[in-house]
Amino acid sequence: MYQILTKNEPAANIFTMVVHAPRVAKNCLPGQFIILRVDEEGERIPLTICDYDREAGNITIVFQIVGAASLRLSKLNAGDSIADFVGPLGKPSEFCETPIEELRQKSILFVAGGVGSAPVYPQVKWLKEHGVDSEVILGAKNKDFVILEEEMRAYAKEVHVTTDDGSYGRSGMVTKCIDDLIAEGKHYDVCVAIGPMIMMKFCCLTTKKYGIKTVVSMNPIMVDGTGMCGACRLMVDGKVKFACVDGPEFDGHLVDFDQAMKRSAQYKTAEGRAYLREQEGNTHHGGCGNCGGEA
Amino acid sequence: MGDPMKKVPVREQDPKVRATNFKEVCLGYNAEEAVEEAQRCIGCKKPMCVEGCPVSIRIPDFIAHVKTGDFKGAYEVISEASALPSVCGRVCPQEKQCEGRCIRGIKGEAVSIGKLERFVGDTARANGWTPSTTVELNGHKVAVIGSGPAGLTCAGDLAKLGYSVTIFEALHRPGGVLVYGIPEFRLPKDDVVIPEIENVKKLGVTIETNVIVGRSITIEQLIEDEGYEAVFVGSGAGLPKFMGIPGEQALGVFSANEYLTRTNLMKAFREDSDTPVMRAQKVVVVGGGNVAMDAARTALRLGAETHIVYRRSEAELPARAEEVHHAKQEGIQFDLLCNPEEILVDDKGWVCGVRCIRMELGEPDASGRRSPVEIPNSQFVIDADMVIMALGTSPNPLLTSTTAGMDVNRRGGLIINEESCMTTKDGVFAGGDAVTGAATVILAMGAGKAAAKGIDAYLKAKE
Repeated sequence: MYQILTKNEPAANIFTMVVHAPRVAKNCLPGQFIILRVDEEGERIPLTICDYDREAGNITIVFQIVGAASLRLSKLNAGDSIADFVGPLGKPSEFCETPIEELRQKSILFVAGGVGSAPVYPQVKWLKEHGVDSEVILGAKNKDFVILEEEMRAYAKEVHVTTDDGSYGRSGMVTKCIDDLIAEGKHYDVCVAIGPMIMMKFCCLTTKKYGIKTVVSMNPIMVDGTGMCGACRLMVDGKVKFACVDGPEFDGHLVDFDQAMKRSAQYKTAEGRAYLREQEGNTHHGGCGNCGGEA
Repeated sequence: MGDPMKKVPVREQDPKVRATNFKEVCLGYNAEEAVEEAQRCIGCKKPMCVEGCPVSIRIPDFIAHVKTGDFKGAYEVISEASALPSVCGRVCPQEKQCEGRCIRGIKGEAVSIGKLERFVGDTARANGWTPSTTVELNGHKVAVIGSGPAGLTCAGDLAKLGYSVTIFEALHRPGGVLVYGIPEFRLPKDDVVIPEIENVKKLGVTIETNVIVGRSITIEQLIEDEGYEAVFVGSGAGLPKFMGIPGEQALGVFSANEYLTRTNLMKAFREDSDTPVMRAQKVVVVGGGNVAMDAARTALRLGAETHIVYRRSEAELPARAEEVHHAKQEGIQFDLLCNPEEILVDDKGWVCGVRCIRMELGEPDASGRRSPVEIPNSQFVIDADMVIMALGTSPNPLLTSTTAGMDVNRRGGLIINEESCMTTKDGVFAGGDAVTGAATVILAMGAGKAAAKGIDAYLKAKE
């Protein structure tokens, strides 16, 4: 069992938890993720690592309620325990292996959309700790959903907040922000875009215009997360790749996003049913024609 | 007394009934039937069956105990060689091993060694008999990676020799393929697998789940930071293979590993499981091995009309004879001598059929099996809303890419010294699918056993 040490809700239905998991904290690096199982009936859900404390053996996770398992996770509190917590999984970010001198000469832009801020944060922090500056675009639908801004500002050279409705920071989607920054005279060598697949897709289309190499972190459906089941497969440059062992980071200009998005929707109704069952009990027997509860 | 040339028949769930449930298909012998079947063993002086057993169980000796009703004695004989009799009695391909060598099999049917082993294992569990554990610890630590058949056997044997053994398992439950791969109706988890794993723990073995060696900790760290003097790699096969044909990335195309992991490990067949598994109307399973049979029979139980598509003929099916027989009884349709060319996809991206081409058998290939050759212009379409690929696996590069000096062969399997089972890295041993590629439970157990001997010799030589 893995104890939850603290819990916060920085935005509606978005939670931050610090979990005691020394084996994960010992070796994890930016870019990697964990898989947890809330309890015996729980699904294995992959979550990115937002922060880690090697000495204390703690891992910070950030998650949004999307299904039955994350809903049950959100109901746990500090002092409670999570049944299973395994990691780090996936390959560390490419820059962890890149010579620092080389990184210092690059102008790096992070684009974080929604809870995508969570996996971006440890990368920005790691770079700063290695003397490498970076800029961050922090995108959210409105003011209430901007998370990790303070934390990001502590390590990034500049943070550009943008909200879809203009309620805070700049106005518009992250792609507009990229266009605007470049129009304002900024130059970037590398972009790391993490967020919903649709956001990463359009980010890549935008950066391609400018010829900026772009890394994305894919978050497809996973089951074991250790390279056994192939559920997380996606096409990169026409080849089958497994996000759990070959990724989760890939060259965004080579990823087939349309197919990846379709594959992610594969279990949408089933996930929704598990969520409804969890929230409203055994009340869905069909007939309403909306929820698909009969199937 | 029945016909002495034939096996005492074993009771099974009716095919029509079992096709709709996940309860065990084969019900096994009762004491009376077991004693009767045991009488058929003539107790050969030079027992060929033992040579056919990858873990060298003293088969005529345990059967001699069954004959006299001394089931505990029989269990003790088996326990010397195997900690998993109830598992092996259910999943070993006996017809190719012990029973394949049985002298009774020349003129009639071989002694039903597998069913007798299962009976002994099940009887031991029902009576709470466990393997005897009176070993003094020798003060040496060994790490085992993976809690599948190879790891459990290696760990159990080392513990019996006095080593302190810890198994590191990547998933949340121990058992490897016994838990995520082989379905409940063939190998019950709570009643058979978990108790036999508990028996391995009673030998003194510690199992730590949720540790993925290569990521959570490296092999070097196990040796340098945690003081393990030898490491056994029994991490299993790895990444599922796909055919590389058009349409394979469509929605509704799964690897058998994913399909089985969802239903077995995550219990997706139960209503109370969070993990979903797709329910289809018509399923095509591609492949002819045990995994293909398991996937097909699972799909059938989840309500689908199910076809197995295999490119060779029935004689070449690599699956256990009993599984093929059971699958047919349950109503799985076998489309033999045909091979998928393309998966047909509807306008929403979902599978809607499989275009196959008919095959005929040509000359035997390197494996000795006659290789299939396409018959020109023989294409036809099978309608399907789900396709499951059961084509085997390729090795997971995780451990080799994070461990310096551990070499692999052309196919990605770990290279080991045949005798010592040591890899090209000093102190690191390996066995099972990680070495051979996808094989069977019992071969992995045999490999785990051989490696335990190798590790013992290695550590004794170091003293």
